[in-house]
Amino acid sequence: MAKDAAPRSTTWERLRRHTPARIGLARAGTAVTTDVHLAFQLAHAQARDAVHDTLNAAPLLDGLRGRGLEALHLRSAAANRREYLMRPDLGAQLDAPSCTKLGSGYGGDLAIVLADGLSARAVERHALPLLDAVLPELRRLQWTFTPAAAVEMGRVAIGDEIGAAMSATLAAVLIGERPGLSSADSLGVYLTWQPQRGRKDSERNCLSNIRPEGMGYREAAAKLIYLLTEARSRKLTGVALKDEAIDAVSLVSAHDIAGLGAPGRA
Amino acid sequence: MYATAIGGTHYTFADLRELLAKASPLRSGDALAGIIAADATERVAAQMTLADVPLRTFLAEAITPYEDDEVTRLIIDTHDANAFMPVSHLTVGGLRDWLLSDAATSAILATLAPGLTPEMAAAVAKISRLQDLITIATKCKITTRFRGTLGLPGRLSARLQPNHPTDDTKGILASIIDGLLLGSGDAVIGINPASDSPERCYELLRLMDDLRLRLAIPTQSCALTHVTTTLALIERGAPVDLVFQSIAGTENANRSFGIDLALLRESHTAALALKRGAFGNDSDNVMYFETGQGSALSAGAHHNCDQQTLEARAYAVARAFRPLLVNTVVGFIGPEYLFDGKQITRAGLEDHFCGKLLGLPMGCDVCYTNHAEADQDDMDGLLTLLATAGVTFVMGVPGADDIMLNYQSTSFHDVLAVRELLGLRPAPEFEAWLNDMGLMKDGRSLRANDKPGELPAPFAPLLAEA
Repeated sequence: MAKDAAPRSTTWERLRRHTPARIGLARAGTAVTTDVHLAFQLAHAQARDAVHDTLNAAPLLDGLRGRGLEALHLRSAAANRREYLMRPDLGAQLDAPSCTKLGSGYGGDLAIVLADGLSARAVERHALPLLDAVLPELRRLQWTFTPAAAVEMGRVAIGDEIGAAMSATLAAVLIGERPGLSSADSLGVYLTWQPQRGRKDSERNCLSNIRPEGMGYREAAAKLIYLLTEARSRKLTGVALKDEAIDAVSLVSAHDIAGLGAPGRA
Repeated sequence: MYATAIGGTHYTFADLRELLAKASPLRSGDALAGIIAADATERVAAQMTLADVPLRTFLAEAITPYEDDEVTRLIIDTHDANAFMPVSHLTVGGLRDWLLSDAATSAILATLAPGLTPEMAAAVAKISRLQDLITIATKCKITTRFRGTLGLPGRLSARLQPNHPTDDTKGILASIIDGLLLGSGDAVIGINPASDSPERCYELLRLMDDLRLRLAIPTQSCALTHVTTTLALIERGAPVDLVFQSIAGTENANRSFGIDLALLRESHTAALALKRGAFGNDSDNVMYFETGQGSALSAGAHHNCDQQTLEARAYAVARAFRPLLVNTVVGFIGPEYLFDGKQITRAGLEDHFCGKLLGLPMGCDVCYTNHAEADQDDMDGLLTLLATAGVTFVMGVPGADDIMLNYQSTSFHDVLAVRELLGLRPAPEFEAWLNDMGLMKDGRSLRANDKPGELPAPFAPLLAEA
């Protein structure tokens, strides 16, 4: 088995500065070498574990309260992780006890919802640091907040039901994104104007890949504050906001993400 | 109404749509849609009932309304009654037996294709084992051409997929070079742009076309962006070889992708007018379509039809435009549609079978996401099965890890391995180019990326630039 010769590694190492793609892999026959193979297996194992982790909600609830927000612990209607993965519709609805817990009679500019989505570790690691970069500025701008929620086995659309019950003008769902091989803890934020059940993905805006190795907290916070401000003044979110606000920041609408039903699907 | 009795229990199925759905081997997307058989016995009862349905019934009973669905109208209006003649007396089960028999030769299957509807092909798939799906598909020889000839016996082509999360041109170029050195790229060099900006797509098309001309590579390139973006790029003079579009099996699902048949016709005409192929009037294969089971349900446009039948109907859309390539992106959609490796494997072989039977150059993105119950072992299995079934092309992704779309596919190395394992070669024009470049000899890859210091002369400056 021929291991890397010196000229090989230097050339490919230089090329790898331009891309995180797995290029110039060392080979054994037509296959890759053992170290390359096991590095891939490790990345996949980390992504799989991230998908199947359950949310540890207590520290998040403490963290929300420590930041001056009321905080509710809620669950979706999915009975377990397997059902949650197979039935996205159940992950978008609250279970009966959570509905009772929600009550009514709230109100405010923004409902903040933390949900595990497809990576509990993403929301556990990045949601509170992101809020630390966002909340002081929003308070300076006189934003008001409904109680926040930490939701187990929640999909993006569960923010619609929660936001509607809270009578929130906007909902911000901070949620773990589907792990990639090199990004098991990527956080997404979805904004929805006047959340209510039945909102479409094209009516939301999304920030993606929030984590120190991707979009950092400060950059994400700046974009989020800009988006929230624009949404409040234009009274909308979604494709229309993306189109109008395109000059200011590089935005995607949630529709762009959902539209990737297949590679290249546009 | 369709009915059968098994051991004193009567099973009834209201219409062909329900019968097809309940006969479909279990998968999560049909369960999500609430249209699956109640239990395993009812599923087989549906399969037995379906096996006895005359093929003529499929011409009389549409599964989505003719008046409301232009895909149904396309299927019915373009059905070739003469081509259908040799099997017109058969049932679904009879067609399966006939397809497996020696009577169904490659030549006869080629003339039969326009006589079959997608629903007939889907029905046979539902009562077939994987072995049947493979052995019948190997008899379907579908050849298409642009700058090379794809689909010839003994050949396996690969789309080189050099995606990058920010469309960095140097990063993309590095991935393309790696793939070419390992023998991928004869089906197409195809980038999924991260940005939907037309300027960026123009830049990527020029990058690929410049490289092709510089190295005289007998292949084609494609930026996998929406058909309207490609049409605008054609008007601006961009080097567009192939028009890409995702398509589905109902009019409403296609509308959710922002397309209809008229728009596809317009883009087909525009691409043909460019005359960029290498075979003059013979190179009229200028479309690249992608599909995948579950896309119609995902768009809320499934009409309570099962996802495998609707996938086959997408091939009716595809074949109206004589595509160079059709790619079923089988595991991308997620576990709510195809739950695990078993479901993905069956779906990939069903799609390949139906596409080939309907006359299409079928490839498969053998793939999965990280929330599906699947791993690289499942991909090895499906890739090997598809290669034995004569799949036209598969994906070549650096290290099988698509860093832009965040899913796992097959790698340049996987393509090499299965080619050498089964004695398959790249498209002949591309193989000749690999030989000229010193990258291949006697049908075996020389794996030149091991020694950049000894690269073929044309590649050295490229590496220096990247």
